[in-house]
Amino acid sequence: MEISGWGRYPRGCSRVVRPERMKEAVPPLEGQMIARGQGRSYGNAAMSADGSVMLTERLNRFLDFDAQSGVLRAEAGSTIAEILEAFVPRGWFPSVTPGTKFVSLGGCLAADVHGKNHHRVGTFGNHVTEIELVLADGQRKRCAPEKDGQLFWATVGGMGLTGIITEVSLRLIPIETAGVVGQHHPARNLEESLELLEEREFDDEYTVAWLDCLARGESFGRSILMRGHHAKVSDLPSGRKNPLALETPPSRNIPVDFPSWLLKPWSVSLFNRFFYFAQRKKREPFVTSSEKFFYPLDRLGNWNRMYGRRGFVQYQCVMPSGQARPGLRLLLEELARSGRASFLTVLKRFGAEGRGLLSFPTEGYTLTLDLPVTDPGLFPFLDRLDEIVLDHGGRIYLAKDTRVKAATFRAMYPRFAEWQGIKAAIDRSNCFSSDLARLLAIGVPA
Amino acid sequence: MKEPVLVLGATSAIARSTARAFAEKGYSLYLAGRDNEELERLASDFRLRYQIEVVCGVFDAEDYESHARFVEQVRSEAGGLKGVLLAFGYLGERKLAESDAKERVAVLARNLIGAVSLLEPLAACLEQQRSGFVIGISSVAGDRGRQSNYIYGAAKGGFTIYLQGLRGRLFHAGVRVVTIKAGFVDTAMTYGMPGLFLVASPEYVGKRIVQALERGSDVAYIPWFWRYIMLVLKLVPESLFKRLKL
Repeated sequence: MEISGWGRYPRGCSRVVRPERMKEAVPPLEGQMIARGQGRSYGNAAMSADGSVMLTERLNRFLDFDAQSGVLRAEAGSTIAEILEAFVPRGWFPSVTPGTKFVSLGGCLAADVHGKNHHRVGTFGNHVTEIELVLADGQRKRCAPEKDGQLFWATVGGMGLTGIITEVSLRLIPIETAGVVGQHHPARNLEESLELLEEREFDDEYTVAWLDCLARGESFGRSILMRGHHAKVSDLPSGRKNPLALETPPSRNIPVDFPSWLLKPWSVSLFNRFFYFAQRKKREPFVTSSEKFFYPLDRLGNWNRMYGRRGFVQYQCVMPSGQARPGLRLLLEELARSGRASFLTVLKRFGAEGRGLLSFPTEGYTLTLDLPVTDPGLFPFLDRLDEIVLDHGGRIYLAKDTRVKAATFRAMYPRFAEWQGIKAAIDRSNCFSSDLARLLAIGVPA
Repeated sequence: MKEPVLVLGATSAIARSTARAFAEKGYSLYLAGRDNEELERLASDFRLRYQIEVVCGVFDAEDYESHARFVEQVRSEAGGLKGVLLAFGYLGERKLAESDAKERVAVLARNLIGAVSLLEPLAACLEQQRSGFVIGISSVAGDRGRQSNYIYGAAKGGFTIYLQGLRGRLFHAGVRVVTIKAGFVDTAMTYGMPGLFLVASPEYVGKRIVQALERGSDVAYIPWFWRYIMLVLKLVPESLFKRLKL
């Protein structure tokens, strides 16, 4: 079957299995395997040309919920969307959610995803109390941060390479309403963008900045800081009947691949200018739905088709605060010089690094670029970005990558050696592997 | 507990999605199948998502002796029944069924004999309580014997005829019998099979099944267009049909 990541680049054929019973979630008798949830990682993390791919989408049962602690135990194929549907009306929300709700819990753990609240609460893995993992020898192992912690923290962010994640216990947080109080603040340039993200006055439960990567001169790096927090009942306009009613805005599908000439620097620039001035006006706090605040792109099903048939790559990096200023400037200048436009550019401040050995987030600033695959020049360009990131003590996000060099990756992730030791101990035959793992030369004897 | 819908073969993908459609409407469920661990997983899922009552019971479609006892157990645990959904089935491997007696008998045993053996005592229950429904999941394969899967087709065709007769019998007791003729559905049974077309998702099929019940249909093709595909197939004269590699 031909599959690809969410970026639709690259594509490849894999042997695909899809268990419907838990006891069928077992490692292959021979060859290699990688588990795949909703296929929302952008690159080739859940693809395998040389092995098989196990779809976990039908292993998605909720198993247990403790209303005291808010911990939900569910099979790893369950999605954030399913949790929202069942638990928001009862006053619970996932502790951490990425920018799409159509992701599996297993995928969230394997990529150790982050949300707009990373600066306060850390990554997804930080809120997982226990997992079940099927190891290469078929053993079903329960591990938790404090029990078999080594294996647990190798699996958090481990890109599915330590085993098949079959169950995840995730802590939910209580909410009073399904609404979010949002507020926007414009920042006139890069310097101000970074300052706003740091200042207490502008801080909130959730913060992120949308950046206009095409603005030049004095406006270089201008952005809109978007902040928000879960609304209290008192924040809502009076007379609202059920404050916890989950309001799912109508969604549309993009039925066809957009032609690739559509997203060009001039059109993106036009859009950005429009967006910047439109959003700048929302300086007063406003109440919106959690769906609109957290998952704006989910309302456009298959939005990945906007980038045309050839797909796109998402490039996300983080640089430590001390070096982020010059680093981000260099990076955005390199982007401008290349004549490329990133349709969606997002800037966010991360909190401290977590315990996941291969987790991406680390204290500093993270920048995300969406770049259509237009010409072969894209890849040398991304290599240049890698160099800038590495020079400034940063790293890139594996869940979004398809092309980083193995040596660069090793330099970016200093805890890799420790991780590899654990991998070698539990998966001697390198049973769990993906196209990404092969790219990173994981499992190959050094 | 509130009168549940009894789901026989509850671990199949069609059963799960149909049970979900029932659960969304607040019905309680009695999930029955062979694999207790899977049943428990499904039961917790339904309880947590839909906050309904769910109980589980184990049965084996091929252990005919046990069927009356199983039905008695369901009756005593559940009190009355809202209705019955029979969703178990076995496609088998055609090539294997040609050479292996066990395989071809299993296809007949699970799809036809086991189904009849279980539904008879259940029908008696419903007849006695003078309310309820039976939904039987048959297949378009039972509409005409084709060389590519005629053993399965014979079993499902037999099941269709059984349901037809049962409908007449239970009509007088105010009990409805709905025959579902399913086309290709994206389940473990068909996953990875070559030559499939117009494959429906289990979610769609589950919703349609409950809809067919609510609308008062006797026989429902799901998806609907299979009615016309099968109509055309049934119209082909036998002298020509036998020459077709279908």
